[in-house]
Amino acid sequence: MSKKNFRPDVDAPEWRGGHSPYDILKEGTIALVVVSLLTVLLSVVFGSPDDPAITIKSWSNAAPVDFATTALSELNGTSTTASYGAPYNHTPDASQALGPLTLEKWVGVRIPIDAANDFVVNPLRTLPYQTALHQGLANWSSASTSTRTKWVANYTKASAGMKFNGGQVVVNATNAGPVPVMINDLTKMARNGALDQALLTGNSFYSTDYTQSLLFISDGGYLGQLAAKDHLLGEQWGVMNETGSYPGSAWLWLYTFFYQISPYNSSGNGDILVLATMILLTAGLTLMPFLPGLRSIPRKTRVYRLIWREHYRNRE
Amino acid sequence: MSTSEIDRQWTTRLRRRALEKLPPEKTLPDSQPSYVSSWIYVFGVTTISALIVVIATGCVLALRGPTWWHGSSIGHFVNSLHLWSVEIFFFAMVIHLWGKYFMAAWRGGRAMTWITGMVLFLVSIVTALTGYVSQSNFDSQWISTQAKDAINASGGGAYFNLLNFGQMLMWHIVLLPLVLVFLVAVHVVLVRIKGVVPPFEEDAGQQSAGASHE
Repeated sequence: MSKKNFRPDVDAPEWRGGHSPYDILKEGTIALVVVSLLTVLLSVVFGSPDDPAITIKSWSNAAPVDFATTALSELNGTSTTASYGAPYNHTPDASQALGPLTLEKWVGVRIPIDAANDFVVNPLRTLPYQTALHQGLANWSSASTSTRTKWVANYTKASAGMKFNGGQVVVNATNAGPVPVMINDLTKMARNGALDQALLTGNSFYSTDYTQSLLFISDGGYLGQLAAKDHLLGEQWGVMNETGSYPGSAWLWLYTFFYQISPYNSSGNGDILVLATMILLTAGLTLMPFLPGLRSIPRKTRVYRLIWREHYRNRE
Repeated sequence: MSTSEIDRQWTTRLRRRALEKLPPEKTLPDSQPSYVSSWIYVFGVTTISALIVVIATGCVLALRGPTWWHGSSIGHFVNSLHLWSVEIFFFAMVIHLWGKYFMAAWRGGRAMTWITGMVLFLVSIVTALTGYVSQSNFDSQWISTQAKDAINASGGGAYFNLLNFGQMLMWHIVLLPLVLVFLVAVHVVLVRIKGVVPPFEEDAGQQSAGASHE
């Protein structure tokens, strides 16, 4: 190549200098031993976090009103899951958009969740026969949509004063149809652990899919309250944290950073905006060898002089 | 069998091509250019060493299943080894990445080496995420329920469901490690073929007429 055509940020000079002995296997072995010992040392000194998973049973026993309120929100369609949109349901205008792109809406409903039926009505149907509940579910099934809506609305209106006394959900609602018994019996079902099982297994004996259970739990306030104590909320840089005093996913610092600033932290499309920004930045870094100007930064900042200081010192 | 027939064999041609691109002295070198003299160079091999520990400890965890470590002090310790080797892995990888950035290590026909390294970093992040949501503890619950929103917003949540423990575990212990190991192999082979990028030549008048380029 002629000197004239040499591009310093693309081409590399051919090395015509000296060589030093290099034992690649010895280097690899030493590195493996050192890393292994360091791993053992860190594990002995710091261990690892393992806060037990919460269950619907533990949640509903610790915070029965929060549970019952969440169950009601599944029934009246105001919970996060009930109004999520794709991939769970067809809620209009719920999908996040990146300009004209509504990617999740385009993909559609692939994991269908009918919050009222999947989280409340169907689990109640799995309970052993109880006269009041059986009659209530029969009334619910035979009622028109407008009647159900009216019942739920009346119960919702009165639920601001919801209490949990003597193992019962107490709401002074009138003309709420079977809703009081449904919410009360679902809470009892949750508190004895049956709802955990009902949401997990569905119609199958084996299951490793916790989608329904996790969506229901995350609709409540209890999970977030526990997370806040461990600095796991989004505004607490929680994307890169984990329980306890551990480094967590420190490599996500930039991703987490965007969640702290406007417009990302105030936009309804925050998630897709952060993701798109990160994809753009990552693509730029990945394609750096082909980006004039940006690929010159290493040469112009001269940080390389620190790395190859011995080389340059020997040449001076 | 004639010599020409042997020459035409796929196996023969592949072996010759491989030896031409990567002769033994490049595969297992016993010397290196004298400019390779900085602590920054140890972070590549440190990353691979940490990955070996990550995979080994992950295999031990796999022996007894995904919930073993919750009820066993030995299992918990192995989980700690797995966690800290992951932390070392990312620490070393990030330093390696930025070191290579400031060396402009893509020069001289090494763009694919840089790109495979970046892709490795991204695949590692996804692998770590699937690990976090496969722990079957509070962290898993919180991380999966929060991270799902970004995946869903991209349209990917319909196919890559962070709330599906079984799916995430399979990605974490089978699919993504296969991709990672493959990419590491490609990355290392590219490094061995192309060698370590030489320093910038600061005196423009001394640029070599034989400089390599893309």
